[in-house]
This record gives sequence, C-alpha cells and structure tokens, in this order.
Amino acid sequence: MTRPRVFLVDDHSMFRAGVRSELAGAVDIVGEAADVAPAITQIAETLPEVVLLDVHLPGGGGQDVVAAVKAENPDVKFLALSASDAPEDVIAVIRAGARGYVTKTISGTELIDAIRRVAAGDAVFSPRLAGFVLDAFAAGHSADLERPSFDPELDQLTGREREVLRLIARGYTYREVAKELFISVKTVESHVSSVLRKLQLSTRHQLTRWAAERRLT
Amino acid sequence: MVDQANAASRKAAAQPGGQFGLPSDPWQPGQANWMTRLESRGIRLTRGPATPGPLRRACDGQLFGGVAAGLAKRTGFSVGLIRAAIVVLALISTGYLAMPYVLAWLLIPAEGADSNIASKALTDKRGIGLAAGLTSVLVVVFIIASALNVSWLPALPVIVCAAGLVLISRNAPEEELSYLRSLGDPAGLTATAPRSRRVLRFAIGALLITFGLYALLQGHERLALLRPLAGVMLLVGGIALALGPWWLRIAREAVAERQARIRAEERAEMASRVHDSVLQTLALIQRRAGDQQQVVQLARAQERELRAWLFDGRPPGSMEGHAATVADGVRLIQQEVEAQHGLAVDAVTVGDCELDDDMGALLAAAREATVNAAKWSGADTVSVFAEVEPDSVSIFVRDRGRGFDPAAVPADRKGLAESVRARLARRGGSATIRSSPGEGTEVSLQMPRSADDRMSRRS
Repeated sequence: MTRPRVFLVDDHSMFRAGVRSELAGAVDIVGEAADVAPAITQIAETLPEVVLLDVHLPGGGGQDVVAAVKAENPDVKFLALSASDAPEDVIAVIRAGARGYVTKTISGTELIDAIRRVAAGDAVFSPRLAGFVLDAFAAGHSADLERPSFDPELDQLTGREREVLRLIARGYTYREVAKELFISVKTVESHVSSVLRKLQLSTRHQLTRWAAERRLT
Repeated sequence: MVDQANAASRKAAAQPGGQFGLPSDPWQPGQANWMTRLESRGIRLTRGPATPGPLRRACDGQLFGGVAAGLAKRTGFSVGLIRAAIVVLALISTGYLAMPYVLAWLLIPAEGADSNIASKALTDKRGIGLAAGLTSVLVVVFIIASALNVSWLPALPVIVCAAGLVLISRNAPEEELSYLRSLGDPAGLTATAPRSRRVLRFAIGALLITFGLYALLQGHERLALLRPLAGVMLLVGGIALALGPWWLRIAREAVAERQARIRAEERAEMASRVHDSVLQTLALIQRRAGDQQQVVQLARAQERELRAWLFDGRPPGSMEGHAATVADGVRLIQQEVEAQHGLAVDAVTVGDCELDDDMGALLAAAREATVNAAKWSGADTVSVFAEVEPDSVSIFVRDRGRGFDPAAVPADRKGLAESVRARLARRGGSATIRSSPGEGTEVSLQMPRSADDRMSRRS
C-alpha cells in the first residue's frame, strides 16, 4: 500500500509530535503548521494528499484553511481532528469541504485507517459525527419540510442512510456495518459519501440552528 | 386607600351607561327590578351559602388582596356587596377603613397558605427598613403639608397603608405578586413595560404633580404659600449643592468596593475550583507517571470535568447527582464508568427527552450493561449510543472485547441478561444481547415512551 502524503495543522506542538510518532511508518508527513496563514501557504507548496486539520486554530477556524486551499487546489482532502466536539465547529469545517471528522482521542491505527480512507476519496464519520448528523436531520422538523426551497433530495436522509449512520453511531466499523446490513463495504462507503454531500450542500436552516443550539454534546 | 379608589372607579367603569334609563321590564314591581339589576352587576343583597372554616383571603376572584372575596366566601354575602361596603365605609371614614384592609391583607393567610404575609415580613430586615424610610419621608411630607396648612389627605391611613403595601410587595407569595404586577401592567408600572406604556406612566405622573400643585395653590393666598415653599426648595437645593458631591463620591466608592470584592471572590472561587480539580489531578499524574493506564484515566476524567465547567457551566464535581434528561443520564454513566473502571466510554446521544421512571429504568439497565462491559470485556473502549425517537428510546452498549458464546454463558453474564431483561419488560421495554467469542458484545435496550411525554418532546 502506498503511503499517503499527509500535512499536519494543529497549534499544539506536543499534539503534532504525538500524531507524528503515531503515524510514523504508515504515512509520509510532508509538513506541519500551527496556524491558518502558514498552513495555507505551506499546503500550497507541498501539495499533500490529506491535511489533518485541527478545528480550532488561533488565527481562525479550520474552515478558513479548507476554503482557501480548496479554491486553489481542489484535490487536497481534509480530515478534521478536534478535541472540542462543539457541533457548530464540526459542521462548519465539514461544510467548508472536509471529508471527515474524528475526535482527538482516536487510536493510532484508527487514525491511519481514516487517513487512508480520506485519501481514497471516501468520507470518514466518527460515531459522534454520525450522531450529530442524525440529530440535525432528525425527522419531524415539520417547519423545515414546509420551507419553499426544501429539497427532499438534499434535505432528507434516506432510510438506508439513516440505518448506516445509526450503526456507525453505535460504534460499528464500515466493515461491521456492511456485514450487519448484508451490503458491501463499497455500498456503505457510498452511503456515507452521500450523507457527507447532503451535509455540505443542504440549505436547511435546521442544520445551522441546531448546531448553534447544542454548543456541546 | 388608593386600592379602594381604584376599585370604585373600576366598578363604575364596569357599569353600562344606561343605568338610569327605564326599567327594561315595566310589568315587574320596581324594587325587585332594581335588585335584579344590581345583582347582574355582582351586588346581591340576599345572603347565599357560607363556607365554614377560618377566614382566608381568596386566591380566585380577587381584585387586590382578596380580602373582600375571602369575606364573601366566609359569610355568604356577594363579593360586590362587600366591596361596595368597604369602599363606602372607607370614604365615610376619610380613609381610615383602608388601614384595616391593608392590615387584613397582611395578617390573614391566603387560601391554601400556612402563614400570613406579616410573619414573613418580620424577618425581612430590608423591607422593614424600606417601610420605615418611606414612613419617615411621608411624615416629613405631612409635616410640611400641615405647616402649609394643606390637609387634602388624612396622614395616618396614608402612612400605614404605604408601609403595609411595601411589606406586602416584598413578602407576598410569588403568584400573588405576579397577579398584582399584571394589575399594574396597563399603566406601565413594571420596569420591563414597553415604551408606549412608560410614556403613559410619565404622563400620569406629570398629571398627578400638576394636580397636586394646583391643589396646593388653590385654597391659599399665593404669596403666603410661595414663601415657605420657596424656603423648602432653597433648603433642599442648598443641602444638595453642599453635600451632593460628597454623597456621590461615597456612593461611587461603595460601588467600586463592591465590584472589587466580587472580583476577588470570583478569583478565589476559581482558584479553589482549579486547585480541587486540575491541580490535584496534575499532582496525582506526577506521582503515578509510571502507570500509563492510570494516567490516561485521570487525564480523561479531568478533561471531561474541565470542559463541562468551561463550556456548560457545570462546576467540577457537580456531575455526580441527579440527571434531568436522558442525554444527561448517559453523560453521567459515561463519566462514572470512566472514572471507576479506567476505560474510555464513547457516548453519542441523538435527541433528548425528560427523565421519567421508565427512562430511569432504561438508564439503569444501560449503566449496568456499561459497567459489565468495563468489567468483563477486556476492551479499552465501550461505545454507548442513545437515540430518542418519537415513540421510543433505544440505547446500545457495545464493546470489542473478548465476547462470549451465548449458548455457554457464564453465570455472571446470564445474571446481567436476566436482570436487565426482567426490569425492562416490567415497564414494556426489551433487551437483547448479541455476542460471539472474539468479536465483542452488544447490548440493545429499548423502552417505549409514554404518551404525555411524547407531547412535550424536545427535538
């Protein structure tokens, strides 16, 4: 398996060192940065496959980095890494274009797995993000359904997507989800990617309002 | 006094304009007709059924303190009649009967209450001080008024009623106060009243002042009145000019001192909180640096606590205790198990609802399953997922530990399954356990939601 080229953005040097040592051997770390502005310039220079991005940075949110880099180099993929779990931050960085979100308590092997997945173009949902999405898209927000611009294609999850997210929230890996639902891992991945697309494109008011209401879960 | 006047004007306003017109039914004898008309306005002259028992102020159908309504209930006479009698007597006695009204308000307990307002007012030092201050101000006003030979209000009732009303307004039960506030609403008497109402309030105030000055100037020769009035004004102005800056400085210093004290207290409290939580944990971590498992556990518990404090405003240590909602309960389980068993609990909740007995049973089962996984699975992470749906609540507890063969269950595992299942089944819920050796275990718990709970659902 080829080693994905990874760039680290986190303002804590100790955390960067920890991630670096955990990922050693499995990925190529091509650079690291501690803040928004240096991250944007250095990512443009090194052009990594995956950027591991802290949601909180001193010079702004991680979403600023995503937006700036995506404008120039749309092929660079982002995996958000956060200790805060604040829904509005997570949703913001996902909507800016990150391909996934994991918590900083994730184990080394799981992180490597997540990086590989993102590098291959798939979406990575931690149980927590799956929970957020289920909550934000919960059925019965009738006010939202009556909105004139409501688009069922974008603003609603299908039953299958809901099932997949539920299993992920319960702590199942993609492989376990596939086994449970008698579908292939590829199908699980496509469901998750579809949910990610909805998350990024939906204009539901509910999504932002919900995220603001639940500052911390 | 003011109360009675208001009551009278309200009653007058409530009466239709044609009260002196021809009787609507000319064939009825005159007296009976007059009585029915009064009766239709709530004034019944005959006596109805009386409610036995001690005299209480009524909480329904009251106009001010509920004294008249209470008397009506006790004696069986109609409320309107008693109110009319009180107003008439108060006017005849030039306001002196208003005093017993306010005293009755203070001394007679409200319906359903154990104690009267007066007993509570006795312990309200600031209220008594306020009443005393108001009394002294009014005494001075009346002394000045009598010096000016003005006596358009009887002094004693006004002073007693004002002091009594101050005590009532500070000590009456909350429902009564909110009712009284709603009485003041139309005139914009509350601080939060909209702008138009406040304008109305100022207009009423200005009108009263104009009326008062007019009344002052009316019955007297102008010069004879103006001289002492000017004297009082000059005196007050002089005192304000001479001592004003000093008073202001003292007041400002008092405020600054108070703020400094509050800041110091906050700093001290924060220091003690940080000491109790973060510093203690850091000391523990230093001492146990060799035991990696323990260090991770300490750091994790501390992180959660600190985050709850900084972002949710829950002080450290307050997590132990009673949860109000299902999500709170899951968080509690997470914290408890992480602290006691030294493994990570990955908790995710979707939606939330109030914690009732059924949900309490569900959470107890989830807690047992989580503790069980922590004790026996050997995994370093347990996932807890709770989802609140319109009709039911589900909780899944999953570990990737050693698992077991359900066909050959050890006694302790069976114990969990049986006890959890039985407890949930009694309340209409269900529990299933899936496990296989080497693959870990998942406990699924379901509980239907009660109908009224669903109504008040938060989603």
